[in-house]
Amino acid sequence: MTSAEPLLSVRDLVHQFHTYAGTVQAVSGVSFDVYPGETLGIVGETGSGKSTLARAVLQAPRPTSGSVTFRGTDLTTLHGTPLLQVRRHLQMVFQDPFGSLDPKWTVRNLVAEPLIAYRTGDRAARRERVDEVLELVGLDPAIHGRRRPRELSGGQAQRVAIARAVALSPALLICDEPVSSLDVLIQAQVLNLFERLRTELGLSYLFIAHDLALVKQVSDRVAVMYLGKLCEVGPGETVYREPLHPYTRALLDSVPDTTPGAGRATVTISGEPPSPIHPPSGCRFRTRCPRAAERCAVEEPPMRELASGHAVACHFPLVEEAALVEEAAEHEGVPAARATSRSDEKI
Amino acid sequence: MTDALLDVEDLKVTFSGRGRPVRAVDGVSYSVYPGQTLAIVGESGSGKTVSCRAVMGLLPRTAAITGSAAFAGRQLIGLSDEQLRRHRGADIAMVFQDPSRSLNPTMRVGSQIAEAVRAHRPVSKPQAREHAVDLLRLVRIPLPERRFEEYPHQLSGGMRQRVMIAIALACRPRLLIADEATTALDVTTQAQIMELLLELQGELGMALMLISHDLALAASYADEVIVMYAGRIVEQAPASRLFSRVRMPYTQALLEAIPRLEHPAHAPLPVIGGRPPDLSALPPGCSFAPRCRYAADDCRATEPPLAEHEPGHRWACWHPVQGGPPAMGPAGEDRGAA
Repeated sequence: MTSAEPLLSVRDLVHQFHTYAGTVQAVSGVSFDVYPGETLGIVGETGSGKSTLARAVLQAPRPTSGSVTFRGTDLTTLHGTPLLQVRRHLQMVFQDPFGSLDPKWTVRNLVAEPLIAYRTGDRAARRERVDEVLELVGLDPAIHGRRRPRELSGGQAQRVAIARAVALSPALLICDEPVSSLDVLIQAQVLNLFERLRTELGLSYLFIAHDLALVKQVSDRVAVMYLGKLCEVGPGETVYREPLHPYTRALLDSVPDTTPGAGRATVTISGEPPSPIHPPSGCRFRTRCPRAAERCAVEEPPMRELASGHAVACHFPLVEEAALVEEAAEHEGVPAARATSRSDEKI
Repeated sequence: MTDALLDVEDLKVTFSGRGRPVRAVDGVSYSVYPGQTLAIVGESGSGKTVSCRAVMGLLPRTAAITGSAAFAGRQLIGLSDEQLRRHRGADIAMVFQDPSRSLNPTMRVGSQIAEAVRAHRPVSKPQAREHAVDLLRLVRIPLPERRFEEYPHQLSGGMRQRVMIAIALACRPRLLIADEATTALDVTTQAQIMELLLELQGELGMALMLISHDLALAASYADEVIVMYAGRIVEQAPASRLFSRVRMPYTQALLEAIPRLEHPAHAPLPVIGGRPPDLSALPPGCSFAPRCRYAADDCRATEPPLAEHEPGHRWACWHPVQGGPPAMGPAGEDRGAA
């Protein structure tokens, strides 16, 4: 899965907004890589800066500082035509399909627009490409092609938005809450469509959502974001089975479950996220963290890798390094003998 | 069991604007008992919200309502606005999805709560203020005296929803209807608000109705769950039973389509194709038959009645799902554009 060269490499990305009330620290030094064919999921709650992060990657608007390297080119140094040329390989799908589709245009014209904007092929070639991508996302060009957005259901409109995004054969699709406005059955259809496009077109995704289960469903690796910073990154399965950051554990415990006998989701953290204008010193989660100590207020925890590919920014992670290494060895030797008691510990 | 607090019997709501009449709610019957938590679950357009608003008298005049809805023995359907106002707030209160749309942005939140208090009780302004601060404390808002003076935009989404709950509780209603009350909130905030609602329910002895699209939420917090599809109840059972012995194929499809943490990544979700039917031109027979993987000829000919097939478990299906836990069916065709 992870070939040597990352497709997208983000380093120390910072995005601030200046308001009357002060400077909003929306994204504060975020670094991650997305490899070809990989899906990186980013989970975060309202105000965590995940949408700002998505836009900062696309340079719309430009981040305050940091670098965004796509196929070896730093986008933050590009302007004008060179930036537009790179951007065609990075496309975005938003939460509200009706907000991103012009209500007066037909579906066919909406899907053809990016092709015209980038002057791809002649009229006949574009016609063919529009038919092709509409088929690809599960819409009938003859029936749906002539409709306008208001004649579409939410799921169909989101398919049109996805068709627009893939029309130019991008390498990376950035999805910001792409299924949050859809009913659960339609949501499952669209999630399966994303999976199909990934295997058929070899797409990579930066998949942003607030729903942990949904992100895990589509992602190879999952990053958890809180108040403008990443607090944990790792393979989806590992993050879910053995969360290292207290915030990740809290998120996992808040998810309601339909498993018979699972019982109620528990309230794991109290209070509200602090204002991003005055984020807490040290670790930003410390004001709500059950494990917080004096050190957390003074010293910002650096991101450190405790197991292969599993990193956490916490002074007091739920599982310490030594335990993880031991367990990995044990896991390789006798898989059945894996101790589970540790993950049952409540915070 | 004690007497029902709210008894809804064969409720039908039809919207007749231009074109064919739309049968949004089609013969819905259920009861809510004191102290109970009842969840009504369904997709957009299933009639879950319309059926509740019909009971509260909150539908536009174009809605034709028939059937009965008795609150503590008193018929609500057909009452004038004036008469209904005595029940709204005092007997039944409602919390909606978007707190920022329900709150007045130019009024301090405390005044809005005090206004709700004074609308129903003959108290002086200082008394109402005192009462409003108590309500803010009741919904666990820290520093209630200070929050009283703040405007809605100064509060977070979770805090605003707490204010809405405080307003709804101003007259100690016996039934609280939460219509997608946590849908716009984050998961950790949702857990806090749901926990608060259940605590308050215990403290005040209210009945609680959760209207939601989220089956998992219903499973976690409700005693009894009703599943609606195309204006009808298609399955009803105690929450613990519904999720271990689902009978209606529609409920099963809903359950299977939810992404779960236990599932491996990239595994296709079992989905059903198609869309809910057009409520102005319902097919004969079962409304779910065109999308159902178990549908047979009888499903398309005759509508299955909602009947109690097992103790406490009602469903409307000719070919219910058999056996124990829901089997993970094969991945369906994911083209939903039929």
